[in-house]
Amino acid sequence: MSNTTALHAKHLEAGAKMVDFFGWDMPINYGSQIEEHHAVRKDAGMFDVSHMTIVDVTGSQAKDYLRYLLANDVAKLKDKGKALYSGMLNEEGGVVDDLIVYHFDDTNYRLVVNSATREKDMNWLKDKASGFDVTITEKPDFAMIAVQGPNAKEKAATLFSEAQKEAVAGMKPFFGVQAEDLFIATTGYTGEAGYEIMVPADRAAQFWQDLLDAGVQPCGLGARDTLRLEAGMNLYGQDMDDKTSPLAANMAWTITWEPQDRNFVGRQALEAQKAAGTDKLVGLVMTEKGVLRHGQKIRSEAGEGVITSGTFSPTLGHSIALARVPATTGDTVEVEMRKKWVTVSVVKPSFVRNGKSVL
Amino acid sequence: MSNIPTDLRYAATHEWVRPEGEGVFTVGISEHAQELLGDMVFVDLPDVGDAVSTGDDVAVAESVKAASDVYTPISGEIIEINESLEDAPEQVNSDPYGDGWLFKIKADDPAEVEGLLDAEGYENSIDED
Repeated sequence: MSNTTALHAKHLEAGAKMVDFFGWDMPINYGSQIEEHHAVRKDAGMFDVSHMTIVDVTGSQAKDYLRYLLANDVAKLKDKGKALYSGMLNEEGGVVDDLIVYHFDDTNYRLVVNSATREKDMNWLKDKASGFDVTITEKPDFAMIAVQGPNAKEKAATLFSEAQKEAVAGMKPFFGVQAEDLFIATTGYTGEAGYEIMVPADRAAQFWQDLLDAGVQPCGLGARDTLRLEAGMNLYGQDMDDKTSPLAANMAWTITWEPQDRNFVGRQALEAQKAAGTDKLVGLVMTEKGVLRHGQKIRSEAGEGVITSGTFSPTLGHSIALARVPATTGDTVEVEMRKKWVTVSVVKPSFVRNGKSVL
Repeated sequence: MSNIPTDLRYAATHEWVRPEGEGVFTVGISEHAQELLGDMVFVDLPDVGDAVSTGDDVAVAESVKAASDVYTPISGEIIEINESLEDAPEQVNSDPYGDGWLFKIKADDPAEVEGLLDAEGYENSIDED
C-alpha cells in the first residue's frame, strides 16, 4: 500500500499521471512535463512536495547537536528564520542525506529532509542525538507546496492574509517564517524565485485549489527533475549517496571547515579525502541531437567517469547532464551513447538561473 | 484507454501502418506508445531512399524519459519522412495518428501488411503488457 499526500485527490482530479516515488503515489505530470517546466521558467508553477519529511529539533542543546550532525555550521545562522543547506555525513565521509535547516533560535530549528531516505534519516537523527538535550519531532500533519517562477510570489500572495503578506514583505532568499497557520519559506529546487509553503494538511486541498484559481500551473516530478538539473542542483540517490564524498558531489561549498575544533560526523574522513583528492562533479552540454542519461559512461585523457543525472533541457533546447569525472578532466569528454562515443563540452554544474541560460 | 483507430494496422512494437494506395504506407507510433514515452524531444528518422527490412530499427523516438527504437513493420523503400518533426517533435504526442507520422514506405510486398495486427489484436497485445 503506497503513501499518499493530502493533495492526492487533487492530482487525480486533474488527471495527473501517477507514479510510485519511493513508496509515495505522486504525479509525474499533468499532461506535458515540458509545458509544466516552461510555466515555472516563465510564469508560475506549483509542486506537491508533501512527501518530504519535516523534522523539528528543539532543546537546550539543539545548536550543539546540529553543529555535530551537519557538515555545514548552523552557528553561521544569526537571523531568525535564516536557512542553510547542508550535507549530513556518515563516519566514512559519505552523504547520508542533504537537507535544509531553518534557524529560529539556538534551541529551535526545523529540518526538511528527503522522503526517499525518511526512515534512514530519522534513525540517523535519533542515533546521533544520544548525549544531547534535544527533542526530535516529525511533523507529518503538514502538506508542503512549492510555488516557483517569476510570478510565483505575486500569485501566491493573493492567498495570504494581511499578516502573512506583512511577514513575507522584503524577505530575502533562503529564509522561512511562521505566519499564522502557514510556514512560508523563500526556498526552492528550480533556480527561480518563489516560496515553499507548509500548510496544515486539512487545509491543503483548498489551498492548492486557490493557487490553481490564481493561475498557478500544477507541475509533476518530471518537470521538477528537469528544473533542478538546469539549476545544477543535486538529487540525492542519483548525484550523491552514502558512498559519495561531498567533495566529489559539488558540495564543497556546504562544508564549514572553520573552526577546526568543531567535531562533526565524518570530519576526519573528509579531511583525509581532501588531502588525497577526489573526483569532481561537472556539468556536461551536448548541443547535437540526443539526450544524455543517468549511468552513461564517460572517458577522457584524465580517465573514466559517469553521468549521474542527464536530461533534455527544455529551456536550452538541448541535452545537459551532471557527471562525476577525475579532477584533472579538461574542456571535453566522450560519452558512450547508444554504442557510440560522442564528444561533449564540460562546464560548471549550473545551466539556467532565473529563466536565463548561464552557459 | 488510449485511442486505437480501427482503419489502421499495428505491430506489437507499437508502430501503426496506414495504406495510402499504390503500395505506399504511412508509419507512425501509437497513442499508447507516445503515452508511455512522454514528451518527445527528438525524432531521428531514416533517410529517403533507404531500403529497409521488416523489424529493422529505422528511427529513434527520444523523449524526456527514454530513447526508444522504432522498427519498420514492413519491408520496402523509404520514400518520404516527416521533416516537420525536426522542429516540432511534440506532434508525435499531440497527434500521433496525424501530424505526428514518421515516414512513408513503398512496400516490397503490399500483402505483408495483412499479416500485421488489427486494432483489436493490438489492443489485446497492450493488455498483455
